Order: sequence, then C-alpha cells, then structure tokens
Amino acid sequence: MKRYVIIGNGVAAAGCIEGIRSFDTEGSITVVSAEQHPVYCRPLISYYLEKKTDLQRMNYRSESFYTDNGAEVLYGRTAAEIKADVKQVILDNGDRLEYDALCNATGSSPFVPPMQGLDTVQYKFSFMTIDDTLALEKAITPESKVLIIGAGLIGLKCAEGLHGRVGSITVCDLAPRVLSSILDDKCAAMMQKHLEANGISFVLGTSAKVFQGSKAIMQNGAEVDFDVLVLAVGVRANTALVKNAGGNVNRGILVDEACRTSLPDLYAAGDCTEYHDISSDTEKVMALMPNAYMQGRTAGINMAGGAAAFDNAIPMNSIGFFGLHCHTAGSQPEGCEMFEEADENHIRRLFVKDDKLTGFMLIGHMHRTGIYTALIRNQTPLSSVDFARLKIEPQLAAMGSAYRDKVLKGAV
Amino acid sequence: MKRIYVKEEWCLGCHLCEYNCAFANSGMTDMVKALRGKTIYPRIQVEQDENGVTYAVSCRHCKDPLCVKSCIAGALSKKDGVIEIDHDKCVGCLTCVLVCPYGAVVEDGSGVAQKCELCMQNACGTPACVKGCPNGAIVYEERGEAE
Repeated sequence: MKRYVIIGNGVAAAGCIEGIRSFDTEGSITVVSAEQHPVYCRPLISYYLEKKTDLQRMNYRSESFYTDNGAEVLYGRTAAEIKADVKQVILDNGDRLEYDALCNATGSSPFVPPMQGLDTVQYKFSFMTIDDTLALEKAITPESKVLIIGAGLIGLKCAEGLHGRVGSITVCDLAPRVLSSILDDKCAAMMQKHLEANGISFVLGTSAKVFQGSKAIMQNGAEVDFDVLVLAVGVRANTALVKNAGGNVNRGILVDEACRTSLPDLYAAGDCTEYHDISSDTEKVMALMPNAYMQGRTAGINMAGGAAAFDNAIPMNSIGFFGLHCHTAGSQPEGCEMFEEADENHIRRLFVKDDKLTGFMLIGHMHRTGIYTALIRNQTPLSSVDFARLKIEPQLAAMGSAYRDKVLKGAV
Repeated sequence: MKRIYVKEEWCLGCHLCEYNCAFANSGMTDMVKALRGKTIYPRIQVEQDENGVTYAVSCRHCKDPLCVKSCIAGALSKKDGVIEIDHDKCVGCLTCVLVCPYGAVVEDGSGVAQKCELCMQNACGTPACVKGCPNGAIVYEERGEAE
C-alpha cells in the first residue's frame, strides 16, 4: 500500500487527492494543513465580505470529502523539513511522516515590503485567508477609512468586498495603473473609471513611504488618513521546503508537465510552483486557482502511478467589479499584432503572433470567451480558421465544419 | 449516457430551441408571459456558418470538463455524466465562461453562470430544445461516451 503525503490543504491539494483516488483507491493519504479549515474557495473571501456567500458555501468540497476519499487531515500542523533522501516529512511538532510520493502544495504568502512605521499602525491586515477576512471584518465599522496598498487582483477584490460596509476606500499602488499584471493602459483606465464611479479612490504611481499611526505619507508627498490598512502588495511562492531539500527553485518551485520537481517522488502543485506558459513559451509563476486544481490533479495521478500531463497552461483571469467584467488570457509577446474593437462600455483586444492567438483582454462583453481561450491553449493556426469572423465574436462557426462535426456530433 | 446532438442538415435556423430553452428554465407555465418583451438568455445557441448552414450549440458534458476543474466556487460538478451548476454556490465570477472551449456556459442575465443540464433540473422530461424542434434537428440519444 502506497503512502501519499500532501503538504498544504488548498485547491491543489484537493486536486491531488482526487487525482490519486482516480487511480489508487487503496493507498493512505495524509494532508498537512496549516489552516484549521477544510479546503475552501480562497478567491471567495471578497464575496464573503460582500455577503454574496457564507462560510458554509465557501467550502470547495462536501463535508464528507476527506472521509469519502480516505484522507487524513492534520489540522494546525505545518511541515518543518522534507528529508528527500529518506522520504520523510518532519512536522513542526517533531512528528515524522514517511512517504512513497509527496506533493508540496504550500501555496503563497503575502509579501510585505519594508515600509517605515508599519509597526505604528494598529489595524493592519493581509487578505489571503478566511482568518484574515474574519479579522478584517471585525475591525471595520461603517465609518472606517480603509487604505489598501496594492491595486492588483487581491487589493481590488478586497475593495469591492468592503464597499458599502465602510466609510471610504482608498487604493494605492506603485504601478501607474490598476490590475497592472493583467491589463494594459487602456483597459486598466476603463476599469479604473468604473471603480471610481463606484466610490473607490486611487493614489497611483506612488507607494507609501512612512506610516504614522493613522496617516500614510506617500513617496510623492501626498498624505492619506486611514484607520484600517490592508496590505495587498503581492504574494511570494512558498518554496522553502523544497529549496532546503535541494530541489530546483527559481521564483517558484520548478515543475515539469507531470508536476514533478527535480527530486525523486516529490511533486509540487499550485501557487508555490513555476511552470511553462505555452502562450509566451516561458516559465512563470501563474498563481491561479484553475491551474492549481489541474496541477494538483496531474500530480496526484502521476504519484499514484498513472500518466498525466498538464501541458497547455496559460495565465488567465476572470474578474469583475461592480458589475463590469473582464476576461484576460495568454500573453502579449514582443512583436505581436493587436486587433481591437471598442466603444464606451466594452473593449476587446486580441493579440496575434506567428499565425496564433497568444492572448486577449476583454472588458464588458463576456459571451462565449472560452472559444478564444481554446485557440490559445490548442495553439490553433489562425490560417486554419475564419479569424475575420472570430474577431467579430467567438463562435464555433469560424472553426470549420470538421471541428464542428467532431464536437457536436460525437462525444468529446 | 444520452446527450444532445445536432443534425445540421435538418436545422432551419429558426431559433425556436433558444426560446424553448429559456421557457423551460423560466419556472413559468405560460410561454407568452415568460418570454414576451424580454431579452432571453438561453443555454443553447444557434450559429450560422459562412455557407448559411445553421445548428445549435449546447453543453457537451465533456469527459474532461474544464469548467468543473476551473470553478473557483466549487459550484460545478459532474454527476452521473451530467455537468451541473449549484446556483447556491455560484458567485458569478464567470471563470467557466472563460474556459469552456465550446462557448456552452453563458451568463444568465443576472450575473451568474448557467448551462444546459439536459432539462434534468426542470419539469421538462425530454430536453425542451429536442422536444420542440420542428424539424428533428436536435436529438437526445446515446452515442457512446463512457461516464
């Protein structure tokens, strides 16, 4: 009987459990969970603040998930060390877990750059976990002046979640635009305008230099008064265990298509990893929940002796604020051509290079976008489809009748 | 496992399947009251290719469902071969719309996602698009996918 150990209890771990069990119903599975919660939908913490969901509904799987899958969860435990040579995990309490196959699914941690006077701030929070969210919720009042450092996905979802529950929200970022990791200037400007119309204030292109209790002084001299601070500058992959065990690590733990690390029988999945983005042909940390699940599942199948590959990963994001949605996927490699269609309320930018769709940014109109995403994932030559029609809207009609016959007349 | 398949040689492009779908999932008993003067959000989409050939596209209930794997709310699942959305869990992030390669998951008009569930969640019995197709261009039959 094989012994499987998973360090971490997020969505990658859930995928890993399901992957293992699709192949091996016998082996033992032990999950090391730092958080005291069963696997939950991390990106839903902002929807919790918004009261669009609750703690019960945020569970990623049913109550009986672990027992159904014969997995034991060690809640409140962390791993202190991986001894790859003897295939053991040493826990924080000194216990040892022996493994035949191990998955490191340790996720990422908030990155807080050194900022002067941060210790003078009474109410400051990260926004990554249920516990962060409950603590933040406890600290806010309808009069709170909230300052969020970071206008990325986490900071802005936090702003949306807090909207209507606090007095004012100001978001600052060193980048000159919002959502700088996924949107270009024009798309970001459209999103920022919409956020501002909903009462969110921005201080962009500068960062907080000094905190004095309830005042932040920016690099450009501007001052922002606040009483609750949220730090959403960015995240860092949790790579230490694998790095210390001698595995190859860059910004994330390096994994191949099978989610193997450089060490034997040691796999990694989720936000802690760095892996191949086929849209840009580069290795990247793509900390995305869908990819985390797919990596976890891939790792699980391979750990159990199957053969799975996650070989078409791309960055992609579906995110919306106050009713305005945005879909992005892929990348904009140097020298790519852009096709744009836009009006006041929507924008569609498609990026093309070497006869392939490499990426897109859409705001406002989200109908059937997955057809575009599939073109990137499948690296479909655009000369083989009717790209002129696809530019107007995503449709199977542009993909040729052979593809249509395959998809609509048989099982896929 | 029965699925919905199209016979494009019989499709008239009349869009009636879209209306039947919207009505079947409206929860109402009178089609006129349910649909008159309203924008409909069907779970099946009629397309037309460059030669004028028309056909309807709905969820393939695929073997490797990217929507289920990608759902950030744990709201999509595959049970007995049918991919379902738990509307109570869906928060309307539309990640499923971003990943479905066939454009078969769509927004429902109120901000959350919806898709064909083979009329198993409503009182229709045989899928409404199949039952109502005037030319037999949409069929509900077994073509051999293992569940």
